[in-house]
Amino acid sequence: MQINDELVAKLANLAKLEFDPTETEAIKTDLAQIIGFFEQINVIDTEGVEPLVYLNDASNTLRPDVAAQLLTREQALQNAPLRDDAHILVPKVIKKGG
Amino acid sequence: MNKYEQYETVVGLEVHAQLLTHSKIFAPDPNAFGAAPNTHVSHITLAHPGTLPVLNEKAVAYAVMMGLATDCQIQGYNQFARKNYFYPDLPKGYQISQDKTPICYGGQVVLKNHNGTTKTIRLTRIHLEEDAGKSSHDQHEAYSQIDLNRAGTPLIEIVSEPDLRSGEEAATYFRACAPIGAVLGYLRRQYGRGSRRCDANVSVRKHGDPKLGQRVEIKNMNSLRNVKRAIESEAKRQIDLIEQGERVLQQTRSYDADTNTTFALRTKENEDDYRYFPEPDLPPVVLTDAYIEQCRATMPELPQQRYTRYIEQTQLSPYDAQQLTDDLAAAQLFDQTAQLTQHTKAIANWLLGPIRNYLHEHQLTMAQCPLSAQCLAELVELVEAGKVSFSTAAQQLLPALAQQPNAKPQDLATQLQLLTHDDNDLTAQIIAQVLAQHPDKVKAYRHHGKKGLIGFFMGEVMRLSTVKLDPKTTNKMLSEALNN
Repeated sequence: MQINDELVAKLANLAKLEFDPTETEAIKTDLAQIIGFFEQINVIDTEGVEPLVYLNDASNTLRPDVAAQLLTREQALQNAPLRDDAHILVPKVIKKGG
Repeated sequence: MNKYEQYETVVGLEVHAQLLTHSKIFAPDPNAFGAAPNTHVSHITLAHPGTLPVLNEKAVAYAVMMGLATDCQIQGYNQFARKNYFYPDLPKGYQISQDKTPICYGGQVVLKNHNGTTKTIRLTRIHLEEDAGKSSHDQHEAYSQIDLNRAGTPLIEIVSEPDLRSGEEAATYFRACAPIGAVLGYLRRQYGRGSRRCDANVSVRKHGDPKLGQRVEIKNMNSLRNVKRAIESEAKRQIDLIEQGERVLQQTRSYDADTNTTFALRTKENEDDYRYFPEPDLPPVVLTDAYIEQCRATMPELPQQRYTRYIEQTQLSPYDAQQLTDDLAAAQLFDQTAQLTQHTKAIANWLLGPIRNYLHEHQLTMAQCPLSAQCLAELVELVEAGKVSFSTAAQQLLPALAQQPNAKPQDLATQLQLLTHDDNDLTAQIIAQVLAQHPDKVKAYRHHGKKGLIGFFMGEVMRLSTVKLDPKTTNKMLSEALNN
């Protein structure tokens, strides 16, 4: 796989990260190693082998439709980096216009 | 022909509808609208490490029923998939949805046009997924507020083929999806409130052109009016672009109801790459034929089935059948009453006439009708047997019954002296008396063709009688006496 600036920019965008040029070069080196490592898997012939999604044969693990209150609001919000009385607060994410 | 008339609009709709379960789709948090923010939020919804989703069996059953109601095939082997994107109203960093194995596929919804013709809109698929939380961007100066009560509540997404041809038709289809769900009892009926919303894929092409134009997706419309207006405004924008020699870009846009225009959210270059992959935390769901039949057996009657039954089995007029079908409470009261009396046409007349008028005057809905099926059946029988005239029953007995819903119609009619008298000897006596009192008018009727005088004689007979006479019988006997 070609590790270039374009790929790093795409992955950074998907991961909501930003890299300066020095970091981009470092990430390219890391990515090349990681992807190279995983590409060893490509050596194996998987022709005709079903992809493995589930590690056991379980199916239809369903629960009845019964409501329960597992946490209070105070508990739910206690790990939020930023909050007000009732909400988690995050940087504004939408701009109208354009 | 102006430039807009040369084009046709092509629309496919993706309708997202909330399922009315008690708990969320993968967690037991209550699924209820209107609670205080972040009070229906568990560690599963918050995506704390080590938590796992477990599928709600009711959500599966509801989705299958919706599929059966729209003539879909039901997927035997269901997988869930992760749809990856970062957004603060979705703490996991992915939405659990279905990708390659939608629970239902290949159905249809039949639209009824005003002129009585129908149009079939094909469905591509219906799949299960979880909803995201709610972000408010205008309540706080510096930050967006996140409420996760809605995060993880069950949705079905109903995806249509591009079979819709106008904003109006799209709105009609959007509305048609509702009664099916409402009858099944799991879609919220009110619009807005985020309970049902849709995205539209809109393109335009010259009439007769078999090739579809470049489509643009409009996100998140939640009212019939906005669906119609957004699509119309977007089609106009696209036609203007093409007529100016420009290209329509593949984009995701949003509708601003204030300015009645759409604006770009993102273009294809920045289009999200969702990187779907199978959700390993949820085992596959296998739906057997036996299970599907069990769902079918527990489904209530759908609007179209009810309409057909009223026409074919109950012999109601198409108009009455449609009126009853459109009002579920009226239809249910009709069905219960029809178990108790055979005068089905009369029941429909009562429900759609005097009863509906009475409820309307008192600002009640059909569901709040004070008369039980038993009471209504007795009322109908009383009138059909000629014991109380229809007009007396509608004007006097019905309001009295509405006030005393536990009284028996016959008892109340007796008490209020509304019963007609079926003593034919007495009626004959009074008729003879009236005719004897007005020999000139009898002569005018018999020899000069003044047939309209029958009304005068009827009035006199009714006036002289000390008891209520059955107008039908009296009229018949009077005619016979005059024509002898």
